[in-house]
Amino acid sequence: MSPRRTKLKDSGSEVALFQRRAVAGFLIIVVCLGVLAARFVNLQVLRHAEFATRADANRIKLRPIPPARGLIFDRNGILLADNTAAFRLEVVPERVRNMDALLDELRNVVPLTDDDIKRFQESRKGRRGFNSLPLRFRLSDDEVAKFAVNRWRFPGVEVVPYLTRTYPRGAEFGHVVGYVARIDEADLQKLDASRYAGTTHVGKTGIERFYENLLHGEPGYERVETNADGRALRVLDSTPPRPGKNLYLSIDVRLQEATEAIFEGKAGAAVAIDPRNGEVLAMVSVPSFDPNLFVNGISHTDYRGLLSSPLRPLLHRALVGTYKPGSTVKPFMGIAGLEMGVRQPGDTVVSTGEFHIPGQSRGYRDWRRGGHGRVGLVESLAQSVNTYFYSLALDMGIDRMTSYLGRFGFGKPTGIDLNGEGNGILPSKDWKRAMFDKPWFPGETVIAGIGQGYWVVTPVQLANATAILAAKGEHHPIHLLRATQLGFNAPVEPMPLARVDSSFIVKMTNWDLVRDGMVAVVAGPTGTAARVFADAPYTAAGKTGTAQRFSRTGDEVDKRGLTDAQRHQALFVAFAPAEQPQIALALVMEFGASGSADAAPLGRKILDAWLAPPPGTLAPTPTAAPPAMGPSR
Amino acid sequence: MIDTHLDRLAQAARRQLRRPRVDLPLLLALVLVGTIGLVTLYSAGDKDASIVINQGMRFLMGGVALIAMSRIPPSTLRNWTPWFYAIGVVLLVLVELFGEGRGSNRWLDLKFVRFQPSELLKLATPMMVAWYLHARTLPPDWRDLFTVAVIIGIPAGLIAEQPDLGTSLLVAASGAFALFLSGLSWWRIGGLLGLAAGAAPVAWHFLHEYQRNRVRMFMDPESDPLGNGWHIIQSEIAVGAGGVFGKGWHQGSQSRLEFLPEHTTDFVFSVFSEEFGLIGVVLLISLYVFIIGRSLWIAANAKDTYSRLLAGAIGMSFFVYVMVNGGMITGLLPVVGVPLPLVSYGGTSAVSLLTGFGVLMSIHAHRKALR
Repeated sequence: MSPRRTKLKDSGSEVALFQRRAVAGFLIIVVCLGVLAARFVNLQVLRHAEFATRADANRIKLRPIPPARGLIFDRNGILLADNTAAFRLEVVPERVRNMDALLDELRNVVPLTDDDIKRFQESRKGRRGFNSLPLRFRLSDDEVAKFAVNRWRFPGVEVVPYLTRTYPRGAEFGHVVGYVARIDEADLQKLDASRYAGTTHVGKTGIERFYENLLHGEPGYERVETNADGRALRVLDSTPPRPGKNLYLSIDVRLQEATEAIFEGKAGAAVAIDPRNGEVLAMVSVPSFDPNLFVNGISHTDYRGLLSSPLRPLLHRALVGTYKPGSTVKPFMGIAGLEMGVRQPGDTVVSTGEFHIPGQSRGYRDWRRGGHGRVGLVESLAQSVNTYFYSLALDMGIDRMTSYLGRFGFGKPTGIDLNGEGNGILPSKDWKRAMFDKPWFPGETVIAGIGQGYWVVTPVQLANATAILAAKGEHHPIHLLRATQLGFNAPVEPMPLARVDSSFIVKMTNWDLVRDGMVAVVAGPTGTAARVFADAPYTAAGKTGTAQRFSRTGDEVDKRGLTDAQRHQALFVAFAPAEQPQIALALVMEFGASGSADAAPLGRKILDAWLAPPPGTLAPTPTAAPPAMGPSR
Repeated sequence: MIDTHLDRLAQAARRQLRRPRVDLPLLLALVLVGTIGLVTLYSAGDKDASIVINQGMRFLMGGVALIAMSRIPPSTLRNWTPWFYAIGVVLLVLVELFGEGRGSNRWLDLKFVRFQPSELLKLATPMMVAWYLHARTLPPDWRDLFTVAVIIGIPAGLIAEQPDLGTSLLVAASGAFALFLSGLSWWRIGGLLGLAAGAAPVAWHFLHEYQRNRVRMFMDPESDPLGNGWHIIQSEIAVGAGGVFGKGWHQGSQSRLEFLPEHTTDFVFSVFSEEFGLIGVVLLISLYVFIIGRSLWIAANAKDTYSRLLAGAIGMSFFVYVMVNGGMITGLLPVVGVPLPLVSYGGTSAVSLLTGFGVLMSIHAHRKALR
């Protein structure tokens, strides 16, 4: 008790005080509830006749009309995601006397899986028997006909037309476009119930998920007159739903097809970007899966098959696949060295086949035994001379390397419009301390200089970096959505392009030198991919890379039984035409022998498809404006 | 031997009957309201037995909690109060950080059980206020007033943030009632109400858009015939159509034809009014008045300040449920999600309400010796 207080607790007076208050409180409560009761008298006695009439005449209900989902097209208006008319089986539980018996009997007419029945029973929970609930989606014509004949046997069961999502190009866009699937419990928690009234499906992956908000639209309502039992008799009037927006992607189906074809089903990923505006022209991850399987609930066998496949088709390699960049980082290292003044354009090193950190015995090798002799930057890029970049990295130091290469977007998501992008790893002192709580060693700087060690990139990251390099240091944020359209008659509205900072490259002659080196890779006499682009009608600049699939220290896999090809991943980055780049590319082949032998020729096929298509097959459309016409259907 | 045992048992039974630990009139009234609730739910839930069974299970759990609480002496409860309150507030913060729930974060998933910590605070807040005032000289001064405001404000603010305006209101009211019963002078009460009125425009700023819409809609229900306004209009039609005698059990077309929203939870009172008419409504409200009055009578006979304030606050906050819910379904007050006590289906509200009455029973059992 505080000393301030002089009064003592007087329990007698407190009790009296309390009792006065209790009586006062009770009186207030009685008065309030009296007001409430008066309100009831007002409604139930004085205005009873009015409300009784209104209740009897209350035959009008609101019914949601789900909006049509926006369609998805490629940049030329080729359809990637469509709505097709289909039929589904719906049951009104209230009108079924014995649900189990009905379902058993119904199975003899229309095939129902145990999954269908389980989902249906789950959807019944917490809803009144009045609501019509879907039992099976996408009935075949045969099933519809068969049910129509037997319909009299199943009161309360009806065939209802609806729009279902289909993906006409199947697995080709399984990863990028993604798929919609039935709204599940987790979705219900997140979605605005009134906006999704009457809607059964929601975007789960890819563009379908990222742009769910644009694609979905707004539901409409119709006022329905019902009979005394509440069954709909006729529609009085309606507020039409507003359909979702049609999306035009920057992807070109023809380039996507050509890119997918080069893999011949072998695991890998490729991303092609227009460096002038950041548009993603092709984004391929092989193997893929058919998104149509997921729309109405994938069967357990199909799903187990996808999950257990050793090549992991559900993995979006281009977006989250992790790879060591290997020698593909050398052009970025080269420009970093020149721009920061660590190397002058005329500087050379002597490659003896083995590089040593002064005072250390461990040797860091060149790929050619005996070395490449005295070489400058251009030759070092062309022949992929490790020694040049070992010594450059050591002179630059890891901090400067990290900060300059960070400008090319390494080590962080590119911000492409897809969910769940991988981070990759740009090695740095901070990163290592956070990960392992260990200090940085100079040897780690040396191998980081040739894209080994802790490095990890995703294909989309590597493509983004290549695009920034091709754009001479300008960073155009990469994106898949090119334009939207509100309904077929509406104009196609291009997405506004992000404001672009000016180039971070100070001396363009530095860029020219790196480009010369990259041109020499694919066209020069000594380049690691010298013959590959020899007869191309355009000048390409590229860089090959090879990385070990398994780390030297990791013993989890027995490497002895594997061939060279199984041990290595082949990478290739390129842009073309070398003077005014229109396309930048990153390509990763899992199970490739080496970048030069395997990946570069495939990279050429992709660049050819865009820049020099065989006559009559593909006319490139690297135009600025999206198509003005509606889609051809 | 056997005889003496039997004797002892008989003696104990007689003692129990002469001076039972539970207050039988209060218990009877609660059972009556609960029975009315189950009967109404069976109709409102479209004769779905599972709803009645689930609700019956909750009543059973609540009954067990009531008996258990009635065995704990108020002095023990008082000692636990600060812990009880602190745990409740910590859980609220956890919910804020990790909670889940449709649209709002109310639920905490403890793996074996999911519950709403806000329910805990419905009891813990008046307990804490009573605990604090117990040690003070009453009537409270400005300093006490400030402390109590903090005690109430923390949980009420956290719950309003979830957002769960209804529960926040109940928590704040239960604490405020304890303060009122402690004898806070009418001038200060008037000042507080004036302050609250002045703060309303500020509060408006902090309301969620859907909450603002509810207030706007309350001012003019016809302005939103497709959303909340529609619900209120339909509810008023249901109540009015019930008339004096009601349409009869399971005869309410407004509920049966699904014109009423949430007809087993927030709007179950509309179903009841439609089917049982004004007679049913008056009976139910009388039962509620009896429960509140009986609680205040128990409070007036309680042994110490803590018990008095707590019992009174529990009884009076029961009134808030009835008033807010009844006001909502008749269009007298804006839509705030407060259940009709012991009638509305679901939630943990039935269990927490009966736990509160368990505390009342304990206070009753440990009342002052009769003079």
